[in-house]
Amino acid sequence: MALVVFISAMAVVFVRSANRQSFLALQAATLERDRLSEEWGRLQLEHATWSLHDLVEHEARQKLQMIAPGPGDIVVLRLVPGS
Amino acid sequence: MKHIKGFNGLNVQYHGRHWFVLGLLFTGMALLLGRALQLQVLDNDRLQAEGRARQLGTLAVKPVRGRILDRRGEVLAISTPVDSIWADPRILASSNADLAPLTETLGLSPGQIQKLLQRHAGKKFVYLRRHLPPATARIVLGLKLPGIYTQREYQRYYPAGPNAGHVLGFTDIDDHGLEGIEHAFDRHLSGVDGKKRVLRDARRRVIEDVDSVKPVYHGQDLVLSIDLRLQTAARRHLAEAVRKHRAAGGSALLLDSRTAEVLAMVNLPDYNPNDRSELKYSHFRNRAVTDVFEPGSTVKPFTMSLALASGSFTPDSLIETSPGYYRVGGWTIHDIRDFGRLTLSGVLIKSSNIGTAKIAMEMTPEELYRMFRDVGFGRNTGVELPGERAGSLPNRKRWRASEHASLAYGYGVAVTPLQLARAYGILATDGVLFPVSIRKRQRPPAGDQVLPADVVMEINAMLEKVVSPEGTAQSAMVPAYRVAGKTGTVRKLSAQGGYRDDSYQALFAGFAPVSEPRFVLVVVIDEPGLEQYYGGEVAAPVFAKIMADSLRLLGVPPDAGDRAKQIVLSRQEADLGA
Repeated sequence: MALVVFISAMAVVFVRSANRQSFLALQAATLERDRLSEEWGRLQLEHATWSLHDLVEHEARQKLQMIAPGPGDIVVLRLVPGS
Repeated sequence: MKHIKGFNGLNVQYHGRHWFVLGLLFTGMALLLGRALQLQVLDNDRLQAEGRARQLGTLAVKPVRGRILDRRGEVLAISTPVDSIWADPRILASSNADLAPLTETLGLSPGQIQKLLQRHAGKKFVYLRRHLPPATARIVLGLKLPGIYTQREYQRYYPAGPNAGHVLGFTDIDDHGLEGIEHAFDRHLSGVDGKKRVLRDARRRVIEDVDSVKPVYHGQDLVLSIDLRLQTAARRHLAEAVRKHRAAGGSALLLDSRTAEVLAMVNLPDYNPNDRSELKYSHFRNRAVTDVFEPGSTVKPFTMSLALASGSFTPDSLIETSPGYYRVGGWTIHDIRDFGRLTLSGVLIKSSNIGTAKIAMEMTPEELYRMFRDVGFGRNTGVELPGERAGSLPNRKRWRASEHASLAYGYGVAVTPLQLARAYGILATDGVLFPVSIRKRQRPPAGDQVLPADVVMEINAMLEKVVSPEGTAQSAMVPAYRVAGKTGTVRKLSAQGGYRDDSYQALFAGFAPVSEPRFVLVVVIDEPGLEQYYGGEVAAPVFAKIMADSLRLLGVPPDAGDRAKQIVLSRQEADLGA
């Protein structure tokens, strides 16, 4: 009986220790995830800001002297159906 | 036993000392008892609370609010972690620490911080600065000042700024949706709070996480049907026109005619959801769904469809509109000039009120009512946006002749821009009415055939002529594409009842390309300055600009054959080219 109690007590100690170890690992992983999601959010914001349509259009027109093609410049290529 | 006996022996010898020690012991015991009484009974609640707070405690874990994305995955709203800096003024005051580096990092003046601390002196909590970037917060913590802590929160950012403000709405500082999509889909976006047990020190700093009590469920992302590129283009052109005509406001609404998804929804005046410091409440209104107006001439195609469906009219039936006015039941209807004798197509192309009224008098008012009901007037569109109004389409027991006639050209009925766009969607889909959606659809919705397809084809041929040099909306033409649409110019109702002479709404509703419709677009300009106020002058050019950009951006092939060169390739030739 005493032996069983002793074994059980040791088992409890081990399980608790393992539990703490895992929880610490989880906590570290959570911290890492928070850090990464923080960075991801920042990058997404940056991406959204750089790709603002107004900004892209302004750059294209002013810096690169691009223009929208007029109706005369457009050539439509149509595939013959079934060929 | 021996010792005790010896002690008793001493006892006899030192009597005074015995009482002295005993007294000391009793005094000590009384003090301890008193203190115990104070702690256990008198101060019990406060101490228990403090004790809990300082040792094991549960901490709410805030969920991250889901993102809102446009149909192509561009971020429209995102929550990023921020840190709020708070102080315990009592600890800070007693430490006499140098606050200069702190005020500098926080971007506050020394005066401001002194004021804050004085006002909250004796309290345990005051926010010094909310929503700082985490990097800045780390610098603040790095100063290692006593009584300064951070708290993790999330701030909502809207990268597109005012471009999609009305659709998205915004959240309050505690992350609850207050307007727009943020409000309508608050549950979907917000997630569920979690709880964890933590160990804290006497300074309330979390030393370590002990256990997870309840897992946190983060909010889910939401994909809208909006295309940010089209939204931006629509806003730019609308804003240009509102400025040019010194108008009070305006709306533009672009639908995908094949799926009835909202691609762009713009209202002016608008606001920047990132900076709501100088907001007027009236600017929050999403006019495209909350404001109703009399649609005027823009409903004439539907009256015509009823005439054609009845079989007693053809597009070539002749209608006399001379001499430019027409009396119905004590009410006089005017045209802008005397158009003489017009065909039914001509009535629509010239937008003759008299012609439309005369045609309508050949039908019963109940038929008109039922048709308007079928095309969605007076009914909600099914779009999931807060504050949507159903407009009004009165069903009268007894129709006066003037009510009957004016209903035919769009008075006595009130619609939202969204309802008008949906109704024009019917013309673009050979007579099928779809429920509108603001969320991206996975598959096309099921619709109802509300107008006969052959009638719709005849109407569209007329609407295409409206957008031509002979019609009222030449300025709605888009190079290389076939466009169909209709103008409207309506007087606004005054607060006293009746119509105002000095304020109008300029409307244009239409779709393109006619051969294979892709976009339905409604433009409303509210109270344009009085030099120009006709729908064809004010709203139609905006329509043309937004439509041209949309067709170009989404690569819709031109369908006006004479305006674009076309080369037909076989599959083999195409493969070689690629």
